[in-house]
Amino acid sequence: MAETYGTYGGRYVPETLVPALDELTAAWEDALEDTSFQAELDELATSYAGRPTPLTRAARFAPDKRLYLKREDLLHTGAHKLNNALGQAVLARRLGKQRIVAETGAGQHGVATATVCARFGLECVVYMGAEDMRRQRPNVERMGLLGAEVRQVEFGTKTLKEATSEAIRDWITNVETTHYLIGSCVGPAPYPAIVRELQAVIGRETRAQILAAEARLPDSVVACVGGGSNAIGMFAGFLDDDGVEIVGVEAAGAASLGTGRAGVLHGSRSSVLADGDGQIADAHSISAGLDYPGVGPEHAYLRDSGRARYVGTTDDEALEAFRRLTRTEGIIPALEPAHALARVDELDAELVVVCLSGRGDKDLAEVLARGG
Amino acid sequence: MSKTLVIYLMSGRRTPELAHAAVEGGADVIELGFPFSDPLADGPVIRRAAERALAEGMRTQACLECLAATRERVDVPLIPMTYAALLEAYGWDRFAEDARSAGAESLIVADLPAGDRPELRRIQLVAPTSTEERLRLAGEQTDGWLYLVTVTGTTGARSGLSNALGGLAERARAAAPGVPLYAGFGISSADDARAAAELTDGVVVGSRALEEAEGGPTALRTFVRSLRESLEPD
Repeated sequence: MAETYGTYGGRYVPETLVPALDELTAAWEDALEDTSFQAELDELATSYAGRPTPLTRAARFAPDKRLYLKREDLLHTGAHKLNNALGQAVLARRLGKQRIVAETGAGQHGVATATVCARFGLECVVYMGAEDMRRQRPNVERMGLLGAEVRQVEFGTKTLKEATSEAIRDWITNVETTHYLIGSCVGPAPYPAIVRELQAVIGRETRAQILAAEARLPDSVVACVGGGSNAIGMFAGFLDDDGVEIVGVEAAGAASLGTGRAGVLHGSRSSVLADGDGQIADAHSISAGLDYPGVGPEHAYLRDSGRARYVGTTDDEALEAFRRLTRTEGIIPALEPAHALARVDELDAELVVVCLSGRGDKDLAEVLARGG
Repeated sequence: MSKTLVIYLMSGRRTPELAHAAVEGGADVIELGFPFSDPLADGPVIRRAAERALAEGMRTQACLECLAATRERVDVPLIPMTYAALLEAYGWDRFAEDARSAGAESLIVADLPAGDRPELRRIQLVAPTSTEERLRLAGEQTDGWLYLVTVTGTTGARSGLSNALGGLAERARAAAPGVPLYAGFGISSADDARAAAELTDGVVVGSRALEEAEGGPTALRTFVRSLRESLEPD
């Protein structure tokens, strides 16, 4: 398994975690070799999560193109996050860990984690920034109903960055009993590779579905990028197809790839929002799930190699796309993929696939507060 | 044999004066925190101190100046303790060179485990979770002494000394014969210091020292002296 992506990735963690990361790497490699692991994941995907998710043509949203939406919003719990949470929960059980810690921004990963913990009878603690708890209230309530303990993070930016640091500190303290169920393709090795593989189902299904629908590969594949897990899962299906343009869309105020620099955050080297001294800068986005100053190391590598390009969407553009998809297709998207939808019109492409990574119920209060 | 007492201070305007007080109180080594915005290994006291230091403008260059100013006030070894992000931004080799020029004896990078960048001479940390193989590697690569993390956890005061230290000290002795072992993380009182020093060659006191330093040099000197006295043989 690749520990680094070019010069990105690696393991910048306190010594206490190194043996746990070695153990996780070994367990993951064993699992990949074990057909019963894949069989268990496949069974959960179909009978519990609702895979495969459909690929939906969005003709009214984009009348000048052939636009398809990969409907991860229809996955159980309402976002792609469940793909990763289910896989890591099965892995945690192979490791004999009974306690799970996680961080969450928009709350989608927290809900997915709380869900799989309920499903498997695991203790669950989710760290969430106070600011995110305010703007994603329904997800806080869902996590509570599912039996998770949500711990409010009151310092620093009070958003995903701080919640992630606190989850890692909890893991350092309870490493012998606890699995850290990271929510995106970030963090120290082997996490970026594990999350990518568990989300790669998105790209595999999409590739087969678009070939079935159109008998050809898309011109462009688009996904929103915060930490970047739905994007890396989608992109994984098309990276080897040279003719397919790959586009990641960041929040303009949290453009770790667009305006960031090489730096170290949360255990890996990647492109981060930081000053010249390496101090991490604040990110700003209407979307809690994109409000993060780092990004998965593989995205930094794909940017540098030129295989993928990354563009930005402002809060207002995302809101406009949110409203437009709702009114033209009867699909309420999460604000995160609304960032990706906002860039579709300007693509020089006829056949486009966008990963609709989650549904927008959680964002209604935020959208209505801005005029509906 | 006398035990070594290491005191951690955060870089700041008053650090040279505080370091002087700590040495007067009996500190043998000063660790100097170079603050990082997202310090994963640190508990609330050092994290808050880092936030304050950054708000006061203690960026890498200012920390190096603080190191040089502290060097002028005290004769004991000074060891910057920081995170990989700062070295990544400043340049790994350049950081090591400039810290040395400013008077640093060695370096601690809390999130750069043994095995990574072996060419960067630094004090390695080992933890209760470290395997024998990692203890050996850290012992081979460390610069002078091994920093024994007494707990699985972050920095910060705890009530009572972790019972993990005994086993860790014994395993580290066997894996790294002849390498001095200093224990840190969670050592907050004279009793903890004495108990830890019975198992090791010295102790590192951080979060509690920072809290005392809030009260100024006199309070810090008094606290360090109480630690020093607890380390002397009866």
